Amino acid sequence: MPAKTTLTFALMDAPYENGRTTTALRLIAIAARRGYDVTVFAYEGAAALAFSKQQPHPNAVHGRDVAQENHPLPSKWIAALIDEAQRNGGTIDWINCGLCVDERGVHEAVDGVRRGSPADFWKAAEGSDNTLVIPTRG
Amino acid sequence: MAKYLLIESRDAFESRDAGPWYELAADLLAAGNDVTVFLVHNGVLAARSGARCAHFEQLLRTDVEVLADDFSLRERGIANDRIVAGVKPAPLDVVVDRLADGCRALWH
Amino acid sequence: MKTLNIIESAYRATLEEQDDTIVWITHAMKEAGADLAVLLRGSAVNYAARGQDASGLAFGTERQTQPPRVDDDLGALIPKGVPVFAVEEDLAERGLRAGDLHEGIQRVARGDLPQLFAGFDRVWHW
Repeated sequence: MPAKTTLTFALMDAPYENGRTTTALRLIAIAARRGYDVTVFAYEGAAALAFSKQQPHPNAVHGRDVAQENHPLPSKWIAALIDEAQRNGGTIDWINCGLCVDERGVHEAVDGVRRGSPADFWKAAEGSDNTLVIPTRG
Repeated sequence: MAKYLLIESRDAFESRDAGPWYELAADLLAAGNDVTVFLVHNGVLAARSGARCAHFEQLLRTDVEVLADDFSLRERGIANDRIVAGVKPAPLDVVVDRLADGCRALWH
Repeated sequence: MKTLNIIESAYRATLEEQDDTIVWITHAMKEAGADLAVLLRGSAVNYAARGQDASGLAFGTERQTQPPRVDDDLGALIPKGVPVFAVEEDLAERGLRAGDLHEGIQRVARGDLPQLFAGFDRVWHW
């Protein structure tokens, strides 16, 4: 049996700020469907992506209530991807940079997300088949 | 030699840095590497036929493979028959394929 | 696994963070045993300029006591065994001459980047 593919991603963008986040999650979703083992290091603003206190809201401009609007919550997307990976025989180890979490006060994260440090990122990258850093921009 | 995947997410009309990125792709190719530029987000705006972007046109004159995320194209209303010659629409799966294949992937 | 960290974004949140967060993570990964080098491109080449002073920021009674010292932090990588390169053309475009730069910064021409990259197992663009 061929060895399982392992990928590491470093993300930096905060939720709702940039299309890079969605594309990053799309890439991770592809890896999850393939049953890869994925590590995500959520650095800086990305530490808020998995914040479990994100809340949906209605959209009066479009006349939609909360349910109709069904506003995306990155934390729910992440939880769904973690499940997707498991269903397909893979894993997603989502690591929030701890200091980034502290600065932003986003300590509560969805299940399956853990706190870590740059050393975890380095260790994951060293042990992965490949690593993609998705930078943020000023 | 190595395989490179240069992911360009920046808008060539907004970012002065897109030009040097395309030049890097050409330089890597000239150095004997396999190079693909993968356009995503506003990076695909340069791929609409009729768009005027000298740096991008210069890139298309090289043998660098240029792909564009089909979702980003559709999101911006760039139909397949309006994609400039030399750019191929591609699913994002290509990026994961190349990562799994050990390609050096750099996101701009 | 020899890795080249390319830094392009300049002065993004450096005051709030009191650091450039990529220079910072480079230090942190080095401490964790990583074999790293740094390449500055675009306006991040300005990090190599000596004489930067971000002190004095205050909001009401809240004063910043540890302003970022990005040039020093960058320079501190070199004795730790992290070479620091800067793209020559990007320096020249910004009027930065050799004498303006922190000691130990190595200049590399854009056209020589493929050769530089070839010396690393991984190349990460931050």
